[in-house]
Amino acid sequence: MPESREISIGDVESQAATLQSEKMTLNVGPSHPTTHGVLRLLVELEGDIMTKVTPVIGYLHRGDEKIAENMTYNQFVPYTDRLDYLGPLANNVAYAIAVEKLAGIEVPARCQAIRVICTELARISSHLLGLGVFGMDTGAWTPFMYCFTEREKLMDLFEELTGARFTNSYTRIGGVTRDIPEGWTGRVIEALNSMQRTLKEVDTLLTRNRIFYDRCVGVGIIAKEDAISYGLTGPNLRGSGIPLDLRKDKPYSGYENYDFDVPVGKTGDCYDRFLVRMEEVHQSIRIVMQAIEKLPDGPWYAEDAKKIFAPPKDKVLTSMEELIQNFMIVTQGPQIPAGEVYFEAENPKGALGFYVVSRGGGVPYRLKIRAPSFCNLSILPKILPGLMLTDVTTVLGSLDFVMGECDR
Amino acid sequence: MDWIQLAIEAGFGLAFIIVVMSMAGLTVVAERKFCGFIQGRLGPNRTTIPILGSIPFFGRLITRMGLFQLVADGSKFLFKEEIVPGHVNKFYYNLAPIVALIPPLVPLVVLPFGQMTLADGTIRQLIIANVDIGMLVILAFSSLGVYGTVLAGWAANSKYPFMGGIRASAQMISYELTMGLSILPVFLWANVPGSTEGLSIANIVVFQQTHWFVYLQPLTALLFLVALFAETNRAPFDMAESETDLVGGFHTEYGAFKFGIFFVSEYAHVIVGSGLFVLLFLGGSNFLPMLPNPWPVGIPGAILSTLWFIAKTSALVFFFIWIRWTLPRFRYDQVMNLGWKMLLPVAIANLVFVMVLLATITPVAAQ
Repeated sequence: MPESREISIGDVESQAATLQSEKMTLNVGPSHPTTHGVLRLLVELEGDIMTKVTPVIGYLHRGDEKIAENMTYNQFVPYTDRLDYLGPLANNVAYAIAVEKLAGIEVPARCQAIRVICTELARISSHLLGLGVFGMDTGAWTPFMYCFTEREKLMDLFEELTGARFTNSYTRIGGVTRDIPEGWTGRVIEALNSMQRTLKEVDTLLTRNRIFYDRCVGVGIIAKEDAISYGLTGPNLRGSGIPLDLRKDKPYSGYENYDFDVPVGKTGDCYDRFLVRMEEVHQSIRIVMQAIEKLPDGPWYAEDAKKIFAPPKDKVLTSMEELIQNFMIVTQGPQIPAGEVYFEAENPKGALGFYVVSRGGGVPYRLKIRAPSFCNLSILPKILPGLMLTDVTTVLGSLDFVMGECDR
Repeated sequence: MDWIQLAIEAGFGLAFIIVVMSMAGLTVVAERKFCGFIQGRLGPNRTTIPILGSIPFFGRLITRMGLFQLVADGSKFLFKEEIVPGHVNKFYYNLAPIVALIPPLVPLVVLPFGQMTLADGTIRQLIIANVDIGMLVILAFSSLGVYGTVLAGWAANSKYPFMGGIRASAQMISYELTMGLSILPVFLWANVPGSTEGLSIANIVVFQQTHWFVYLQPLTALLFLVALFAETNRAPFDMAESETDLVGGFHTEYGAFKFGIFFVSEYAHVIVGSGLFVLLFLGGSNFLPMLPNPWPVGIPGAILSTLWFIAKTSALVFFFIWIRWTLPRFRYDQVMNLGWKMLLPVAIANLVFVMVLLATITPVAAQ
């Protein structure tokens, strides 16, 4: 009769090296509810703990940068819509300012103010979605729908302003496509006021919710040094406690005239990023309110940039000079002098940069886009290992990325 | 005579299954509708059946209430193509939905769903099988419930369902302890020493004619409710499906009617669980605490009390829906921590407390 031997915990531990165990490789995405698009993660799991994460990107690559070399500056505006498609207006503005810097033209104050309003509304719309989706990733569906309802109101305003709800293509080099419609600012204020009530509700549903708090606090911590060395920008960087905001540090489009705070986090975990986004919405509302209050009169496009911004239609139909000007811009594109420029704007997702090289004429020689989501995602292999599989949703939700911009 | 009795009981059993299954269907619609209301939407309100939907007032009302959605959902499951992925273990893959559906339905026989006052004033509890181990039957079968989930996760032979199955098994086993420990105080309280009623649920309902356990033992009720949420795999404990990270969890590889069965069994579980909570803590078919039962003599009283029981159960089902659309989901390890480090010690302490209490003083309602 074989002798039965009792195995104590210590015995098992001594045998751990010889006991058979293997890691599981799990393929998350590119079509998976947590990846918000087509991000693919190759996850190596030991039980429920991730040991290695490899992001695989490029499923939405369209070659935007190469496409830009084959069209005039204004024709590329719709392509910028499709970078961060959750806040297209901000992309439009960033692109327009980059090219205007190259051309050396200054848009009038009214145009700048309109652009600030657009950028901030785009930021609100993007952050609303980011907050809602973050809630949804942790399993709370209702705040998502509340945020979406508010976003819907912004969409209606965008439609009224630009003619399109989603892919706005509002800016042109040297101005915007049209002036603000009658009474639009009043409706913006109305929408923002109702949004503040909803935000309060979302705040009570998520921020002080014990389950949500436990899911987010201490999860996906990004240290200050890591945030800098991986090139993080936007709310993800500020969540780690670094108050870098290009609107404050390198003001453009008249941001220096507005009074707003830059919220920063303390520890850099998912909860901090959530709070930073929440506060940024409030700050954006503040900026929009100020911009509407002191919205200057005057022209809404650069009138002196004759070779860049197409003249108004009634003048084209009545005046010879304007007709030729319009014809040249439509066929040849806005004439940008030779040179190169790099411009970064503070977008909802982070610093969106355009590097434009011109050899004169209406077509960029080379255009490079610095996409914030691309850099923000690069930190995934650093922060995900050691967390549980369920935390993937929390961390991805807190990073708030857009694959259209990452893959471009 | 015995045969007639048996036939009546079998008829009741069938009626019960029909009622619970249609309630499960209605709960699906209610879930969608209430979820819509909670989120500021309308919920299903357009699905209609050509002739029925055009009846002047009721057709439109039913359409707006989304009741036709029930038919649409059900027939969609029926008519979809049954795809059995090539990599599954066919026998267990087919077995799993059946195993999942039976456990929530069997406990129905020991649930006292109403009461009938006879002409001589005696009150009879309406129950199919008034066995003195009623509660044990329920516990035994709800433990079997985990097999459906685990089997589905395992037989699918795929990674996401596998993880769902593992999580479900760990979670359900953990919370079974809390559930058992939170039921004991109720029975301790209701059974005076020397009683032969044992674990009969009908006895608990009779006991609650004047006082309900929900305020006699609030902590026990809370523990039981939390364990019930975990046992039925409902949010915030829906680890097994956790659709944001495990896609669909244990039923990822299931489609068509097999998925429909999982779906219905989940809701049947919720309904039976709510019914059990009502019986143990909310007085079952008794009217209101500290008020005499107004049920008339004979059949009308039986029907009224049954409807009252169903109304209470529905209210609790609504609570389940409400919670689901309000709270985020726990993480798997947090569920385990909550179960083992919080609920289990509290449940044990609660049990000891009730035992000491019962040994020293005579409880309020134990006449």
